[in-house]
Amino acid sequence: MLSPQITEKIDYELTKYPADQRQAAVMSALRIVQTERGWLSQESMSEVAAYIGMPEIAVMEVASFYNMYDLAPVGKYKISVCTNISCMLRNSDEIVDHLKHKLGVEFNQVSADGKFCLKEAECMGACGGAPLMIINNHSMHEFLTPAKVDAILDELK
Amino acid sequence: MAKQSAKSPAPVMTDPKGQTLVCLRTLSESEPAALATYLKLGGYQSLKRLVTEKTKATDIITEVKISGLRGRGGAGFPTGLKWSFMPRYFDGVKYLVCNTDEGEPGTFKDRDIIRYNPHQLIEGMAIAAYTLGARVGYNYIHGEIWQDYETFEAALKEANEAGYLGENLFGTNFSFDLYAVHGYGAYICGEETALIESIEGKKGQPRFKPPFPASYGVFGKPTNVNNTESYASIPWIMQHGGQAFADLGVANSGGTKLFSVSGHVEKPGNYEVNMGMPFAELLAMAGGVWQGRKLKAVIPGGPSTAVIPASVMETITMDYDGLSKARSSLGAGSMIVMDDSTCMVKALHRLSYFFYEESCGQCTPCREGTGWVYRVLDRIVKGQGKMEDLDLLTDISKNISGRTICALGEAAATPVISFIKHFRAEFEYYIEHGKSMVDSKAEQG
Ligand SMILES: Cc1cc2nc3c(=O)[nH]c(=O)nc-3n(C[C@H](O)[C@H](O)[C@H](O)COP(=O)(O)O)c2cc1C
Ligand code: SF4
Ligand code: FES
Repeated sequence: MLSPQITEKIDYELTKYPADQRQAAVMSALRIVQTERGWLSQESMSEVAAYIGMPEIAVMEVASFYNMYDLAPVGKYKISVCTNISCMLRNSDEIVDHLKHKLGVEFNQVSADGKFCLKEAECMGACGGAPLMIINNHSMHEFLTPAKVDAILDELK
Repeated sequence: MAKQSAKSPAPVMTDPKGQTLVCLRTLSESEPAALATYLKLGGYQSLKRLVTEKTKATDIITEVKISGLRGRGGAGFPTGLKWSFMPRYFDGVKYLVCNTDEGEPGTFKDRDIIRYNPHQLIEGMAIAAYTLGARVGYNYIHGEIWQDYETFEAALKEANEAGYLGENLFGTNFSFDLYAVHGYGAYICGEETALIESIEGKKGQPRFKPPFPASYGVFGKPTNVNNTESYASIPWIMQHGGQAFADLGVANSGGTKLFSVSGHVEKPGNYEVNMGMPFAELLAMAGGVWQGRKLKAVIPGGPSTAVIPASVMETITMDYDGLSKARSSLGAGSMIVMDDSTCMVKALHRLSYFFYEESCGQCTPCREGTGWVYRVLDRIVKGQGKMEDLDLLTDISKNISGRTICALGEAAATPVISFIKHFRAEFEYYIEHGKSMVDSKAEQG
């Protein structure tokens, strides 16, 4: 069951669209559920489908199309690093190597303690602050150096 | 009336860095995003005047045409002309969409508009809505810049409470509701019809055109789509007149432009300058090439625009004509600077992966072609390339171009063709020696 905290947020998103276009809120609904639960299970997607009133398959199509939805567990903190051209030119590889070494994971793996998952990401529209990473989709850290990465990770308990 | 104000000289705001501030007018203020800051600069006054004086839509469109404003989303289509395509009379709701999805590598200008001057965008959209008769608007914001999405949502709330959005504005019968919506990681949603599909809660696959959004857009209704910077230029044009805006730039390129400068410069960031600024001057504003190194090449408008070698770049001006003379284009003004330590083979390899990863898969030439290009470049980078691969890459790319539903196919082809054309010797070296020419040079000291 979707919690009242979740449905309240989905209801707010629904106010943005005509009453007969509830499907338009599916992107937000999936985002809200994922933020609350960490990732999108089959069951979560079914619940979203039921709440919005759209076919489950259509929800899954959306969830699997967009890169920021996670259809498998990603640990407590998902760290996405952009490695696209502008970031690459400013040594995002060094940040990636540092993170891999420090967390003991390769891309798309979850660390042994279940805390961290590392993802390679495409351009985040913030290339002026390269190199950069996003934690759990919503908090961006720019102008990274290995030392700055360490300081950020130390804060994550 | 916009025409009268056109006669008063426009106060051109410059800043110590040498920028001319139109879309980022609030930047030098202490709280740039606040409503009070925007009001202090004359914000929302143009909207109020146009709406309360019941200015004719055709007069506003004429003023936008005079301004020479061209779409800042990449294609450079004249905004005034686009507005004239919206059906005047339509029985039902018409929509207005703002494209803040920027996900083309090197593009990060619209982010600064929504986080530093959101109210100017809101006013620009409201003026467009009044002109085009749109009742509802959506600003579609790139998923990864979440904190800026929240800033924009907060600005919407402020504007609604202050009576600049909502029902019966300024006591007239003009009403406009504007909402923020977000993407969640798909470059293709920057393409306007994919973006519309995404707003409707579907996967972002571009639609066949025609019909164009002006006749069949959001929820099948007439819709006008513009880029963030295009809308954000409108309040200034209405305040100071189309001619004043045109005069900031050069022929065929009116106004200012935000250039996102990234890569190998000392001070990466956004620079809003007059159209027609020499490249060398813009590069100097961004602190020049970093670490005292030499310029090698520039991708002037995002990876969908052709790469330009340093020798050519140093002679050109930053405007639509200046870049087409250099056989590239202005694109979204996303200038990616590469110094002489850059391996062009590896740079293209990374870009080819991007287009392969982001192809929505609907058209065979794009879906298969981008994958093929990536695999060939991947084997070159791994030291297993063959000389024939270079012609093969160009050939595949030329066969994607022009055979697809949307322009991503062409965007994917352009870097391949231009990188190999300008830096062929470097690709040949890589294939022959199984390693990068740049790395080898560095090893030899
Ligand atoms: C693959 C692809 C990606 C695009 N990405 C963007 C984008 O991120 N932002 C944008 O404004 N336009 C983008 N465009 C262009 C839009 O389709 C559209 O032309 C533009 O939003 C219109 O606004 P304008 O006339 O004000 O430029 C993209 C086009 C393609 C083919
Ligand atoms: S060109 Fe590529 S991205 Fe565009 S519609 Fe076709 S497959 Fe999709
Ligand atoms: S290339 Fe990394 S944020 Fe744009």
